[in-house]
Amino acid sequence: MRGADALMEALVHEGVEHIFGIPGGANLPTYDALVDADLRHIQARHEQAAGHAAEGYAHASGRTGVAFGTSGPGATNLVTAIADAMMDSIPTVFVTGQVRSDLIGTDGFQEADIVGITLPIVKHSALVTEASQIPEYIHHAFRIASTGRPGPVLVDIPSDLIREEISYTPPTELVELPGYRPIVEGNAKQIRLAAKALANARRPILYTGGGVIHADAATELREFAMSDRFPVTSTLMGLGAFPSDSDQWLGMLGMHGTRAANYAMDEADLIVAIGARFDDRITGKLSEFAPNAKIIHIDIDPAEISKNVPAHIPIVGDAKLILPKLTGEYRALQTEQERLDGWWSRIRGWQEEYPLTYEPGSDGEIKPQFMIEMLHKVTEGDAFVTSDVGQHQMWVAQYYGFNEPHRWINSGGLGTMGFGLPSAIGAKVACPGEEVVCVAGDGSLIMNVQELATAVTEDIPVKVFLMNNGFMGMVRQWQELFWDGRYSGVDNGTSPDWAKLAEAFGAKGLRCDDEADLEEMMRATLDHDGTALLDVRVSPLENCYPMIPAGNAARDMVG
Amino acid sequence: MGSPEMVRLEDLRTGRSLTGRKHVLSILVENRPGVLARVAGLFSRRGFNIDTLAVGPTDDPEVSRITLTLDGAVHPIDQVTKQLHKLINVLKIRDMEPDLTVARELALFKVSAAVESRAEIVQFAEIFRAKIVDVSRRALIIEVTGSYDKIEAFEQMLRPHGLLEMVRTGEVALSRGE
Repeated sequence: MRGADALMEALVHEGVEHIFGIPGGANLPTYDALVDADLRHIQARHEQAAGHAAEGYAHASGRTGVAFGTSGPGATNLVTAIADAMMDSIPTVFVTGQVRSDLIGTDGFQEADIVGITLPIVKHSALVTEASQIPEYIHHAFRIASTGRPGPVLVDIPSDLIREEISYTPPTELVELPGYRPIVEGNAKQIRLAAKALANARRPILYTGGGVIHADAATELREFAMSDRFPVTSTLMGLGAFPSDSDQWLGMLGMHGTRAANYAMDEADLIVAIGARFDDRITGKLSEFAPNAKIIHIDIDPAEISKNVPAHIPIVGDAKLILPKLTGEYRALQTEQERLDGWWSRIRGWQEEYPLTYEPGSDGEIKPQFMIEMLHKVTEGDAFVTSDVGQHQMWVAQYYGFNEPHRWINSGGLGTMGFGLPSAIGAKVACPGEEVVCVAGDGSLIMNVQELATAVTEDIPVKVFLMNNGFMGMVRQWQELFWDGRYSGVDNGTSPDWAKLAEAFGAKGLRCDDEADLEEMMRATLDHDGTALLDVRVSPLENCYPMIPAGNAARDMVG
Repeated sequence: MGSPEMVRLEDLRTGRSLTGRKHVLSILVENRPGVLARVAGLFSRRGFNIDTLAVGPTDDPEVSRITLTLDGAVHPIDQVTKQLHKLINVLKIRDMEPDLTVARELALFKVSAAVESRAEIVQFAEIFRAKIVDVSRRALIIEVTGSYDKIEAFEQMLRPHGLLEMVRTGEVALSRGE
């Protein structure tokens, strides 16, 4: 068979059903083989969006997302999505076409050294140099992308090699990679030590991240947290792993987290970090971060441990295996029931004094926070929600209230505007029976708005709720607060007419200017049989609070 | 087992991150195109400074050895090795124990050697067990092998005579015994 046919067979063997991509000269053989393959290809309108759709697919399902692009610009357009998948540890495989092997290095037409360009932003990558490597590298790619700490893997295939005849039979055993052995078990002594430390803590807190969701360990986290009354907070990426309606939930922590969560971190005597990486959006000023706390750090990536904040009890491994052991060890210890009472009364005090709140709108004005609360209401808190990046993203994180993992899909580490719509398409493909909504910002949505064509043409009905304030809102907020209100490059004006634009793409377009109409129009958007966009005109100058100004400590929260 | 009193939070300590000494890392990697770029790229991206770097084959044609030295007073070596381990093509990393390691470097020095100073230079070379490998009317090329410190010392001796050019390989190292 041709290398291209082997590529398809290898993908099918890895359980792939859907591919997002765009063809071009160098990957014509791939697209020819796709015609006969048992795979659904979703033709994106920009490779970046194909990459984000693959990420959305992986976020929603936990399965590895796949995107195709051609050589040169097709490959470079994928770069943002690859970087995004690296930062948020999203299992993804990117397959790019490359110019003929004899043209590599000659600056051939549509040649780009995509392996070189992406070296710092991939978990692994490979340029195929012999046709027989094509299926082999694909199997390696899936193993690497989906195990250990997940991430993006790129396989670059020259157009001559993929046409060559090769023999291929799918492997019957797991492929061995001599340099790749993720640690999963977790050291038993360390786990026991962690349990004992917890038993002696008076002010413990669980700080969880996206790693809990990648590890499929939400259930294990809940059991561990509820083995005592441990307070739980989470990063942006970890929302949903622990139910927001639990009375042990403190809300998100970090720059736009709750005061209760941030103050609890500040006063904690023991922090249990699980699948979280002490990012600067969490720690703020590193030297003043959690000054009283000892750190138990559970992570599958040993390099995350003590990278930013030194750990007292490091535990390397898979949270899904470690948490039940930790729960068991902890339960076996005799702990005083009342020892957390004082801690909880302190936390309850913060929660009562500083709830998430906003001034209600007057005269029909739609407050962005109200919009998210309404979205929660009309979706019964049960939708898969994607977002772009900025104020609206933080408001969703604060006000939607996620109770299940995988349902909150956003770009956390890289902070990629334009992520929301394509990732919603990917999520809908992965979970066709679920309601998938994209909460977009007007600055972000236009960066990948062409994907409305994908959603309509490919019949992937997603609902876009555009939080339209006419600004690059988060940048405007920073300019207002930290740059003396000298607005620069943040006014989006009144273009486009979003409802008409949606209609032009063949989607339903609606617009809402009055709070009184919001619920009905949101329901109409959800009820529409197909892709729909609701342009919600929200208060243009609303700021997202509370906030820890960049580089400050938790105690310096404002708003 | 069992008594929570056995662990007091105030007794918990973190590991040290900076060791304050030079480290020689011996890294076995798959012998494939681009592997050195991955290692070098990792160092530049994470802001780790390499002091010396030497790459060469091993007894196994599938495997190459990268020997590099870096300053443990500036970089957390633990973090460096953990990041290196994440590269799929990296097979094994050894942070060489100074006392249990034989480390050598080769250097070539081109010095101006006027008639009046030539005898002294030759004498230095003998003391350092260096070899004169090229002689011309005005200059000598001297080859010297040894530890990093020995070559530093030799360089200091030669400098006053007019060091025209020099090149050093960077250290390579093996652990003693089996």
